[in-house]
Amino acid sequence: MTVSFAIIAIITIASAIAAMTLRNLVHCALALVGAFAGLAALYLQLDAQFVGFAQILVYVGAVAILIVFAILLTGGSEPPNQPIFSASWCIGGGVALAVFGVVAWTIRSSHSITHGLPAVTQPSVRQIGDQLMTKYILPLEVVGLLLTAALIGAVIIAMKEEKAK
Amino acid sequence: MGPLSAYLTVSAFLFAIGLVGALTRRNAILVLIGIELMLNAANLNFIAFWRFGAHPEALAGLMFVIFSIAVAAAEAAVGLALIIAIHRHYKTTDVTQIDSMRG
Repeated sequence: MTVSFAIIAIITIASAIAAMTLRNLVHCALALVGAFAGLAALYLQLDAQFVGFAQILVYVGAVAILIVFAILLTGGSEPPNQPIFSASWCIGGGVALAVFGVVAWTIRSSHSITHGLPAVTQPSVRQIGDQLMTKYILPLEVVGLLLTAALIGAVIIAMKEEKAK
Repeated sequence: MGPLSAYLTVSAFLFAIGLVGALTRRNAILVLIGIELMLNAANLNFIAFWRFGAHPEALAGLMFVIFSIAVAAAEAAVGLALIIAIHRHYKTTDVTQIDSMRG
């Protein structure tokens, strides 16, 4: 575990906590951008350059902007008089803490994941493209169809309802 | 603690944070942000297992993350469109007030 990993992990987790606890929705979206960028840095550390830059393009570029637009279109933040910390917060926090505890305990007690770093030749974008065009051609087509259908559907859902005549 | 378990622990922590947000926040947009964080935690697991697994040259984990990012983008677009439609209809995005299907 290197120093750079520790710094990136702390930045990512701190941004994620900020995104989930701040009151102002625009601040939440900005903190979310920080968490996504930290995750992209983690991907780069794991020798997954293509996925890291795809993460920046898709999440920091597109999803975060979509979220900001949705915040502006729905007009602002949560009602200020209600406290964030309530009974439901305690229940949700307890459930999440239990989930984290179980997963962390499983990770620590597993023996099959302690071996070292295997030597890897960094996959070039050419390799990824070759595989996408040969082995994964059918999933690629299906994802293209899914994205088209989802975006047309999103536009239709968000369109203004016509007045019934 | 090996490097793989460090990445897995970070991922589990991100998942727990996203779960807290999805379960407790009242604004529908923040619930969606929590779900996005959980999806990203799963992606980090895929990349970590691909990098430290037995056959990193097979690129299977990498491909799964690329498709997962595409599906998550579609999910975010549809989810935010639904939130905008709900806001137009109910004039609120508070998930505790949208209860017209409650029995």
